[in-house]
Amino acid sequence: MTDSTAELMLDAGGIAKAYGAVVALRDASLAVKPGEVHALMGANGAGKSTFVKILTGAVRPDRGRIKLRGRDSTASSPRDARRLGLVSVYQEPALLPDLDLRSNLRLTDTPVDPFRHWLNELGHPKLDLSLIAREVPLASLRIVDLARALAIEPDVLLLDEMTAALPADLTERVLDVIGRQRGGKGSVVFISHRMIEIAAICDRATVLREGATVGVVDVSAGSEERIVELMLGKIDELPERTEESRRAAARADGATPRLAGKGLASGTALEDVSFDVYPGEVLGVVALEGQGQDELFDILAGAIRPSSGEILVDGSTASFRHPADAIRAGVVYIAADRAEALLMQRSVRENISLPGVATLARWGPIDLGRERGKVGRAVDMLQIDARAGAEVRRLSGGNQQKVTIARWVTDGVHTMLCFDPTRGIDIRTKTQIYVLLRDLAEAGAAILLYTSELKEIQLVCDRVIVIFGGKVVAELDAREADEPRLLRAAYNLKADAELPEETIAESTSDGTTLEAATEPQTAPSAPSPAPVEAGTSAEPGGDTDR
Amino acid sequence: MTAAAQPVTAGSPDAMDAARRAVRRNSWILGLLAFLVVLLVFTKLIQPNYGPTGIQGLAVSAAALVLAAVAQAIVVISGGIDLSIGAMIAFTNVVAAQAMLTADDQTGVAIAIGVLLLGMLIGAVNGALIVMTRVADIIVTLAMSFVWAGCALLVLSVPGGRADTWLTSLASGSVVSEWLPKPAFLVLLIIALIWIPLRRSRLGLSLYAIGSDQLAAFRSGVSVGRTKIISYALAGLFSALAGLAVTANTGIGTPLPGGYTLTSVAAVVLGGVSLAGGRGGVVGPIIAVMILAVIRTDMTFLNLNSNLATVTQGVILIVVVMFGSLAALRRRRA
Repeated sequence: MTDSTAELMLDAGGIAKAYGAVVALRDASLAVKPGEVHALMGANGAGKSTFVKILTGAVRPDRGRIKLRGRDSTASSPRDARRLGLVSVYQEPALLPDLDLRSNLRLTDTPVDPFRHWLNELGHPKLDLSLIAREVPLASLRIVDLARALAIEPDVLLLDEMTAALPADLTERVLDVIGRQRGGKGSVVFISHRMIEIAAICDRATVLREGATVGVVDVSAGSEERIVELMLGKIDELPERTEESRRAAARADGATPRLAGKGLASGTALEDVSFDVYPGEVLGVVALEGQGQDELFDILAGAIRPSSGEILVDGSTASFRHPADAIRAGVVYIAADRAEALLMQRSVRENISLPGVATLARWGPIDLGRERGKVGRAVDMLQIDARAGAEVRRLSGGNQQKVTIARWVTDGVHTMLCFDPTRGIDIRTKTQIYVLLRDLAEAGAAILLYTSELKEIQLVCDRVIVIFGGKVVAELDAREADEPRLLRAAYNLKADAELPEETIAESTSDGTTLEAATEPQTAPSAPSPAPVEAGTSAEPGGDTDR
Repeated sequence: MTAAAQPVTAGSPDAMDAARRAVRRNSWILGLLAFLVVLLVFTKLIQPNYGPTGIQGLAVSAAALVLAAVAQAIVVISGGIDLSIGAMIAFTNVVAAQAMLTADDQTGVAIAIGVLLLGMLIGAVNGALIVMTRVADIIVTLAMSFVWAGCALLVLSVPGGRADTWLTSLASGSVVSEWLPKPAFLVLLIIALIWIPLRRSRLGLSLYAIGSDQLAAFRSGVSVGRTKIISYALAGLFSALAGLAVTANTGIGTPLPGGYTLTSVAAVVLGGVSLAGGRGGVVGPIIAVMILAVIRTDMTFLNLNSNLATVTQGVILIVVVMFGSLAALRRRRA
């Protein structure tokens, strides 16, 4: 053992883990000094969550060593990890939904007084411990989770996307408390997608890519660039849109819109939305959370009926009573939530061919040969990594999303509705999906794309409409629709109005997402504790039943 | 902006609040109790001379089922289900009756203790198989129900054996007042002696934890597998107690399982234990068993076909559970 390793609080190296054919980690390492707040970064699918599970004993590594204070400390269970001094706060709360908070504390042998102290620090001084965890709002549960972990005073505290589900003011509190851990006895491993948080509280950052540690960066001004570079590796640059493709998309005078809405309304959420999208065009839709875009897409996909207004397909009125009507009219829907669209326990083949089974063989057995050909073409076209294709749930999120798209593209696309199709997908797959959407448009499809990532608009769209309060408040040419302009329009501000400060801070970080920007907007309007479903935490491949 | 924090910190928890919350949390049990009282009043109306004797009969007939319901409740609370309870009752029943055939009273007590240990053991076997094979609980316990039923027939192929007199004497008579039958008192005492300390222990907490969310329980440091085995062992223990109750009540061993398994599931559901696990207790199922037993008695008093009682039990089960979920739905909407 050399001197340098003796000084380390946590020293993990050469960690590898494969689930069958899918390699989650090849060679991950992490070295954390005492009193350090250390960021663990990586694009989706880089292996961060598997790494965290291995460190905390929830999953056993195939190879590798983990040392705490120089002693071999490969934990065999979360309880074991806690005994060794390593405590984790996971993405979803690890509280038992049916037990009250006090019982939850008792379960982890958490001393109550320090717990109270940390709750206080985190802005929840009066929390009633006899509440059932299920009755506590999700954001507060995360705070409880964190306070519980802090109260145990672990050597290493692992925070996995701790701030993801928190409103802005709580995020600030949490960052403040974690920041104050710097220079203390213990260390913190901090995982977050938000670069500003990393810059604000972390000393160093370890970057994972494709299951291996590719670099350790000292966090300082300007290190963001370096981190992003490491996270991405070499990616296929998205080609600038050529004038040619723009011209192709430019509609001829007098052309009929492929899909149009006239005065669509639904209850109080959607008041009056009209739009048209032409063949060969990608029309962007931008809105803060809950401005009626969900209802709009549900109407267009045939899932709900509008309370007024009409839908025109190729110029003639269409009435969708059921999604099947919309599909028959050529209007297909790609949801953000893959679980809504896929049969998770069935194969890639079945999932892709499911909507087409009707066209393959209306009666009688399915023509397997034709089906295989069709599926093969789709898999090639979208570059789906189908090694774990026997069950879709074992694919990565990005590959799952490709399957939901693949099922519609092989027979040619007429009109496609995409609702935030790149949510929670790694950058490489995102790029592939952007390219695919543009290729589809160039082949003559009309595409309506709602996205919460504003930079997608300029990359993919030709025009964009902005919805606020259930109405269209702006329509822009995509060339003019840079992030600040879109954000102003989304908040329904005048073009020269000042943005709230935190929103600007968000938009100057790596890529603006509206979800992050909406939090200050929506928080005051939703004071009631929505029923919290904390018990849903599926972990594909996770080895939990021990 | 502190929206998310407000509902939790609101209000100082004064006594009124606490009382209101206690009522709300136990509303199901209070509702069941009210239902039972209504049924008993109805019974008294249709049969004016219903009294201590009737209660005694009720206690005797319900004792084994109460124990079976508690066994099922423990497993269901920890997120499983045990379809072998009826078979385990039959097995322990014939083992006890066969062993007591030639034994004196002193060895009889030892036999009873041995039967309880046997129950725990076979319950633990159920649990260990579920944990080790990772086959669904419902399948493992269904398969094991055939195994234990077969074992019962191996011990005694036809009803036979005998029960010690000290054992049969437990199934009759009363304590303190003629309104408190001895078997009811004993059954409730045994359940209280096991359940109350269990509920307050870390193990009890772990039972609720693995039923509530296995992943979160695992992350909270609960040994999921071990806790599951223990829950099935406890179900085995209570099944063995039920087996002894049957022995005491009938005085012999009967190798064919009665309808205990499915009735225990019905009682657990009626008793407000969530089949998804993590919620409920043993008090609800106990009251539910009483309700089902009183309904059967009333059918007899009304001179109705006893098969109609079974139909009624089924209808009540569906109506009550449906009513319960409607109430829960409305509360959530409000």
